[in-house]
Amino acid sequence: MSLEFFIEPLIKIAIILGGLMTAAAYFVLLERRMAAWVQDRIGPNRVGIPGTKVRLFGLGQPLADGIKFILKENYTPAHVNHALYAIAPVVILAAALTTFVVIPMGSMIPSFKIGPVESKQPIEMIAAPGIDVSILLIFALSSIAVYGVILGGWSSNNKYSFLGGLRSSAQLIAYELPLSLGILGVVLAAGSLDLDAITRAQAFQGWYAFLQPLGFVVFLIAAFAEASRLPFDLPEAEQELIGGYHTEYAGMKLLLFLVAEFLHMIAASFLIVLLFLGGWHLPYITGDPNAETISWLTAAIRIGVFQAKIFAVIVFFMLVRWSWPRFRFDQLMALAWKIMLPLGILNLVAVAVVEELRHWYAPDGSLNWTLLTIALGWVVLVVGWLGVAISNPLVTDNRPRRDLSSVEVDSQI
Amino acid sequence: MKPDDPNIAWIEEPKLGLSGMLYLPLFVQGLTTTFKHLSRSLGGNVVTVSYPDEEPKIGNPLIYRGVHRLNKDEQGRVKCVACFLCATACPAHCIDIIAAESPWPDREKYPESFVIDELRCIYCGMCEEACPVDAVELTSLYNLTGRSREEMMFDKEKLLSVYDATKDKEPMKSPGMGGTAT
Repeated sequence: MSLEFFIEPLIKIAIILGGLMTAAAYFVLLERRMAAWVQDRIGPNRVGIPGTKVRLFGLGQPLADGIKFILKENYTPAHVNHALYAIAPVVILAAALTTFVVIPMGSMIPSFKIGPVESKQPIEMIAAPGIDVSILLIFALSSIAVYGVILGGWSSNNKYSFLGGLRSSAQLIAYELPLSLGILGVVLAAGSLDLDAITRAQAFQGWYAFLQPLGFVVFLIAAFAEASRLPFDLPEAEQELIGGYHTEYAGMKLLLFLVAEFLHMIAASFLIVLLFLGGWHLPYITGDPNAETISWLTAAIRIGVFQAKIFAVIVFFMLVRWSWPRFRFDQLMALAWKIMLPLGILNLVAVAVVEELRHWYAPDGSLNWTLLTIALGWVVLVVGWLGVAISNPLVTDNRPRRDLSSVEVDSQI
Repeated sequence: MKPDDPNIAWIEEPKLGLSGMLYLPLFVQGLTTTFKHLSRSLGGNVVTVSYPDEEPKIGNPLIYRGVHRLNKDEQGRVKCVACFLCATACPAHCIDIIAAESPWPDREKYPESFVIDELRCIYCGMCEEACPVDAVELTSLYNLTGRSREEMMFDKEKLLSVYDATKDKEPMKSPGMGGTAT
């Protein structure tokens, strides 16, 4: 139990926390700019360096937002359950932040010696290296976020908040299943629950987005729903629910909820990139994935590639928000239980069969085998999608029909 | 109303085709629209008017309904004859006129005071429709600000000064606008 044993994770945690909070603030700005561009507007571009006339394309906006939130009155309504009311944002934010402990932020950096600071072996870019059950941990923690939602809705002592909390929690719980099914295929193919090992496996087998396109689709949609972004943002539905489970929250507590939501989105994009888009891997330029040591250049390239992928996925998240209409609640549930779940099971079965055959016929993973796997994956995607769409179209049309004329209708209408 | 009422026309939704069931058209349409607007905005083609830096463009100042003005005739006298038609037509009751005996031989009355409450006004233009002598008109001045409610009560002098400020840019809306003035 040396001192380094504690110091290294602490430094990593500090870097991750600071980076995440800054990133969340600036992603709010990016989202506002994206929204503006998609709607033919300019967006916030006037706040720059405080006290000067320098505008810097509005990059000072997060600072202004933060100061505004700090100065807002932290108002607590009289009718709430104070203990639960105060604890709900803490629960949801803690769950969202702890997720990042096991997420690798790139590969590793080589050992170095700067003055008195010296590292004997290469430093893994992960706060808790060597955990073999990262994905399980992430799932356990993201399930805890449901408690925050329920507590927030329940403790507000407000029917609208309560309904919003119920709907949100139902949504989160429903979409945990397709999310897990989408991940299980990856776990089967990679043979590990460790995110870093999964990334390295993709360097050999090919990215799982191409090998298991059906799993990718299922996981992507479920990740959108888990992060409660449009088209699944019923917790936020302004028109019909006033504001969902955080209606009664103001000031800093509301900010915690919003930041937690953004962290969910960032965590979801991390998972999408790590599990399906190859993590830090790009062919030919990111070096040997199994090497024990790497050069500074390779480390920098890996980190850059990883960050670029993350950024692309987050931009996709933000563009989707302005592209498709929001689901109604029954449609949302039907999508989760009747469509995503069968597709996820189909993907899991297909992957299991392929892995079993690979174990017998191509244990070394030749190129022909990879191409065959890709072809099979796409066939499964098309067949599954067609089958679900034809057998179970998402038409939730509940208008009265002519043949329903025997139904009693209130003649006073 | 009963469902089997013969006056009800029952409209059936068109059946979903295969592409509709697959949801793909929805995705493609949504993303295409998004990218179309995104590329247009990033090309600098935005609809925003950065107001203090650039002024909005008034399409046709003759039909824009902004701040009121009281017109003057050739001798510089106020055209108004204090007939109260504008105050009667005003749906917001924001025009307040006190009439007095006219000092000029060509009319019986003239407004001793003519006050328009610009905060109460809804800028519907009915006063200029109602005015028989084209005295009250709405200009294309949109930038109407004040520091107090009293400042926003435009009296006769202020309304006449608005006319002096805008008469070169916007001639009186006489014949073309259905007025009677020459």
